[in-house]
Amino acid sequence: MLTIKILGSGCANCKRLEQEVRDALTDSTLDYEVVKVTDYANIGAYGILSTPGLVMNETVVSAGRIPKRQQIVDWAKQFSAN
Amino acid sequence: MRLTTGFERIQTTRTALTVIGVLAVIWWVIYSNIQPIADWVTFSLLGLSRDSRLGESLNFFVYDVPKILLLLAGMIFLITLLQTFIDVVRVRAVVEKRGEGVGNLMASVFGALTPFCSCSSVPLFIGFVQAGIPLGITFSFLITSPIMNEVAFVMLLGLFGWQVALVYLASGIIIGVVAGMILGRMKIEKYVEPMVYAIKARPTTDSPMLDQSLTWADRFEQAITGTREIIAKVWLFVIIGIGIGAFIHGFVPEEALTIIMGQEAWWSVPIAVLLGVPLYSNAAGVIPIVSALLGKGAALGTALAFMMAVVALSLPETIILRRVLKPRLIAIFVGVVAFSIMLTGYLFNWLVG
Repeated sequence: MLTIKILGSGCANCKRLEQEVRDALTDSTLDYEVVKVTDYANIGAYGILSTPGLVMNETVVSAGRIPKRQQIVDWAKQFSAN
Repeated sequence: MRLTTGFERIQTTRTALTVIGVLAVIWWVIYSNIQPIADWVTFSLLGLSRDSRLGESLNFFVYDVPKILLLLAGMIFLITLLQTFIDVVRVRAVVEKRGEGVGNLMASVFGALTPFCSCSSVPLFIGFVQAGIPLGITFSFLITSPIMNEVAFVMLLGLFGWQVALVYLASGIIIGVVAGMILGRMKIEKYVEPMVYAIKARPTTDSPMLDQSLTWADRFEQAITGTREIIAKVWLFVIIGIGIGAFIHGFVPEEALTIIMGQEAWWSVPIAVLLGVPLYSNAAGVIPIVSALLGKGAALGTALAFMMAVVALSLPETIILRRVLKPRLIAIFVGVVAFSIMLTGYLFNWLVG
C-alpha cells in the first residue's frame, strides 16, 4: 500500500497540498492512505527546509511547493509499483 | 488546479514567451497612460476643480491605485520568476562553508531573495542548525527574510522611487548581518529548545526526486500562479492604504508632521519602532500611508523604521518560533532586531538630512 505524507504545521499551503493530493487521486484505483505530519520534530526528521513537504513511502518527493496534479499521479503510480 | 487551468496549455517555451511578450506590451501601454486617464476621470468626467482638496485627493487615488496594482503585477511576476531559481537546500550548502561575516552576509542576501513564509521558519531553523551552521548566521537569514518583503519593495519603488527601494533592500540586509553577528556572539545556544538538537534528520540528498529541473514554461507558470496569489492577498489593503494616503495628501496641511515626525525630533525613531512592532499589519496597507506622511514633513528614516518594524516583527511569527526557541531567546531576538531597525532609522535620517 502507498503511504502519502503531507508535512506541514497546518498553514494555508499545507492544506492546499492535501486537497490537491486528494483531488489528484480521487479517480485512482491505487490503494493509498494520506497521513498528515504536523509536529515540527517529525517534519524536521525528513530533512526538508521549507513546507509543505510531500512524502511517498518515506521518500521526500517535493518540498516548499505544490506540485502539479499530473506529477502527483505519476509519483503515486511509480511508488505503488515499487 | 483552478488557478492555472488557463495556462496548462502552455507547453513549450516558445508559446510561453509569446504570451508573456503580449502581456508585457499590454501592461506597458496601460502603465504609460495612467496619469492622463486619472486626470480625465477626476477633472473632466467628475468635473472637479484641480485646486479643490477633494479633486486633489481623488486624482491621487485614481492615479495611484491602478499604477501600484499594475506595478505589483509586473514586478512580482519578475521577482517570483527569479525565485524559481533559488533553492533553500542549495543556499544552505553554500552558506555552510562560510564563517562569521561572509556567512552572515550571504545568509542575509539569500534571506532577502527567498520568499518568506512564517510556517517555513521552523523547518528552516532546524535544518540550518542540523547542518552545523552557527546560530548567528542562521539568524541573519531568519531576520532579513521577513524584513524584505517583495510587496513592500515594489510599493516603495512605485511610491518613493528606486533609490528608496534600494535603500530598503540594503538596510534589510545590513540589519540581518548586524543583528545576526550580535546574536552569534551572545552564547545563545542554551536557549534553543533541546528538541532541535535531538532530531536525527536524514539528508535530503537521499531523495533523487527532489532534483527537479524546471523548464521555462514551468517557471512562467509558477511565477504567474505566485503573482496571482500575492495580488489576491494584498489588493484590498493597497486600495484602503492608498485611500487613507489620498485623504492625508489632500486634507492634512503641509509640514503638519514636521514637529512630531521630522528629523529634528530624535525621539520619533524609537517611538515609530515601538508602535510598529505590535502593529502586525500588511506592508501593502502601511506603505501608502507612510508615503503620504512623508509628503507632510515626516523624515525618511523614521518612516522606514516604522515600516520595517511593522513587517519584520510579528506576533504570529514569534509564536511559531517559540517551538524552537526558549522565551528568553525570543525576547533577545525581538530586542536585537528592534534595536537594529532603530539604528537604521537614525542612519537614514542622518544620511538624508
